[in-house]
Amino acid sequence: MSHAHSHFDELPFWRKYIFSTDHKIIGIQYGLTGLFFLLFGFCLMMLMRWQLAYPGQPLPIIGHLFGEERMPGGVMLPEFYNQLGAMHGTIMVFLGIVPLVFAAFGNYVVPLQIGAPDMAFPKINMTSYWLYYIGGIIMLVSFFVPGGAAAAGWTSYTPLADIATMGQTLWIIGMVFIINSSLLGAINFIATIFQLRAPGMNFMRLPFFVWSELITAFLLLLAFPPLEAAAVLQFMDRIAKTSFFLPSGLVVSGQPLSVSGGGSVLLWQHLFWFLGHPEVYVLILPAFGIIAEIIANNIRKPLWGYKSMVYSVITIGFLSFIVWAHHMFLTGMGTAISAFFQATTMIISIPSVIILTALFLSLWGGSIRINVPMLFALAFLPMFGIGGLTGLPLGLSVSDIPLHDTYYVIGHFHYIVAPGTIFALFAGIYYWFPKITGRQMNEFLGKIHFWPSLVCMNFIFFPMMIQGLAGVSRRLYDGGASYTFAPKILELNVLISFAAWILALAQISFIINFFWSLFRGKKVQTDNPWEATTLEWAAPSPPPHGNFEVVPHVYRGPYEYSVPGATKDFTPQYQETI
Amino acid sequence: MSATADEIIPYTVKPRPDTGLFNAKMGIWLFLSSEVMLFGALFSTYIILRIGAEHWPRGATILNVPIGTLNTIVLITSSVTMVLAWAALRQNSLKKFRILLGSTILCAFIFLFIKTFEYGAKFEHGLFPKYSTYMAIYFTLTGLHALHVIGGIIVNSYLLGPGTKMWYSDPERFTNRIEIAGVYWHFVDLVWIFLFPVLYLL
Ligand code: HEM
Ligand SMILES: [Cu+2]
Repeated sequence: MSHAHSHFDELPFWRKYIFSTDHKIIGIQYGLTGLFFLLFGFCLMMLMRWQLAYPGQPLPIIGHLFGEERMPGGVMLPEFYNQLGAMHGTIMVFLGIVPLVFAAFGNYVVPLQIGAPDMAFPKINMTSYWLYYIGGIIMLVSFFVPGGAAAAGWTSYTPLADIATMGQTLWIIGMVFIINSSLLGAINFIATIFQLRAPGMNFMRLPFFVWSELITAFLLLLAFPPLEAAAVLQFMDRIAKTSFFLPSGLVVSGQPLSVSGGGSVLLWQHLFWFLGHPEVYVLILPAFGIIAEIIANNIRKPLWGYKSMVYSVITIGFLSFIVWAHHMFLTGMGTAISAFFQATTMIISIPSVIILTALFLSLWGGSIRINVPMLFALAFLPMFGIGGLTGLPLGLSVSDIPLHDTYYVIGHFHYIVAPGTIFALFAGIYYWFPKITGRQMNEFLGKIHFWPSLVCMNFIFFPMMIQGLAGVSRRLYDGGASYTFAPKILELNVLISFAAWILALAQISFIINFFWSLFRGKKVQTDNPWEATTLEWAAPSPPPHGNFEVVPHVYRGPYEYSVPGATKDFTPQYQETI
Repeated sequence: MSATADEIIPYTVKPRPDTGLFNAKMGIWLFLSSEVMLFGALFSTYIILRIGAEHWPRGATILNVPIGTLNTIVLITSSVTMVLAWAALRQNSLKKFRILLGSTILCAFIFLFIKTFEYGAKFEHGLFPKYSTYMAIYFTLTGLHALHVIGGIIVNSYLLGPGTKMWYSDPERFTNRIEIAGVYWHFVDLVWIFLFPVLYLL
């Protein structure tokens, strides 16, 4: 092992840091690229928020930078708004959150937590990152082709997407790269977790984060291929002029479309949501995992109900493949089918509630240590709670019929992905930063980051639900200004937009903290600054190539805090006697 | 240069006792499970479109069944030579292995050649993908399958050419690689065995 180590040090810069096969470097690459896209998607959204708060008014200062074909005189064209909306969704989901929460944290942390020297297939790991990178570039380039980027929503519903401008073709190609990247990543994670566990690391000793990554990997592995199939079919429709998704007799702008017809519009929706629903669990399960690690570490006692959490996450994995059509209650697919999907949707909420409850109950009676990661973790719980509870009415067709495609939906799922998953991301960054860099992030700046973010998130997404209940549709270029029914409700748009911009300001303290701590942060005194029990803290900070000096042995479960009779309040998994 | 993490990763050659698999074998089965979902979605598409269609041509009235049958035989043969190539390595016979893997690749080329001929015949009659839903699904499914065949040719050619080097340094690992490539190749074969009746006969 020391041989491989020294050999690695001799690698040229580009092999060591750019085309690296080391899971830690790849994790960092995913992390930085993902953060870039998260910020980019956030900027697209801020532009939209200007238009929604002040429909038709020129955007001051930077408005003219976008060119005549997008924002003539600084006023946003509807076509551009649609591009921003579709690309905000696509970029946030596929290029921001998933690469961060699944691939970045997964790559860095999973091999360490199971005591492995690397991922099972390092070269495939590298390929996976570069496919993602190319997919991202294609998405960015698509803004500059004639007609601009894809504008048919992140769902790319047909027939609209079939007849859209060239940006849609690039969207498909970009997605194929991203899908294949995820497939390779998923294979790698599953193989790593099954094959490379250290001696003694049996399944019921896996940290919950590893479990959540394992199930997520299965979701990606099995749910993404149908979207890839759908993408191929849409590609054929657009390039070879087939009619997979074009029904007979379609009329566009008063002209009958000259295609063979005979396709099915619903087919696209089924294929899309067959991925789409598991995808939302891809967005949230690793977040659960991160939060569970941080909570266990800061309550200084074992998680309440580790086993039921594991069984729940497995159950979610299975059930998430049979709920997809709850996104399609309004398509006229029939009441019998609706009834089935309502039932499965209600059932799948049970394991999610079990996980959330277990995490809540874990707090009970703990001597809770408050630090920045823990603040984000604690905020995650009620925020995810709101997101989850507001989802139930959307899973029942009676209540979904009025709520579908309103801002209520936007509010609901953003509670899950923004103050939910994004908070988990931040929590994870603050928590593992000392392992990755050997330095602590600044607590004070962290708090300045946390509190305004928490407040703003609620001022953004709660009013959206109010608007939605009043009937304001989503994907409206003017935010509903042309509706007569709800001028009072629309005033909330200004509030929401200001909250969004203040949220952006709050992120500045994170960015400063991140770079400052990278070079100037307080050096950690030990490899285990949080006094945690899992294996990643047994490795040096940062861990060298190959991770551990000696292969660790695992003697106990992941969260043995405050074991009666022990000398310290934490007993690491790699410690033989208490 | 070659001292990547490979050397320190366990179970690259020997199976892990509790899972009974070496890493790459687990990897290929996972990969194939995703492939099953890919083709599964496309077959479902076929079923949904066919159920919804007013009329659907019988494959035999458009496609050339004898040629399709010939191609099926070619692919099955290639699968057989693939297994035999692996068996040859297990018997330490590199020479036999080379001939057998070479035949597999040759069969794959013959398959593609025949397929190209079939495509050409359809195009001559103006039967492009856009002609009807049937033609659309025919070209999409067989085209995607052909891409998989090309992928197999690339992998197998690598293993027959530069990849053989490994036989001298690490014969067990090389044999494993051939097994993995074989598992993939049988899958490609299997997909065709579904495609042929669905598109040509039903
Ligand atoms: C944190 C700040 C965020 C804000 C203020 C925000 C705001 C918005 C708004 C206003 C819309 C609706 C646009 C419309 O209907 O016209 C929207 C749509 C959307 N957002 Fe976000 N968003 C944020 C973060 C995220 C994140 C983190 C994700 C992903 C995981 C995400 C995913 C989406 C998706 C998928 C859509 C639907 C796009 C479509 O209609 O096709 N957003 N967002
Ligand atoms: Cu869903």
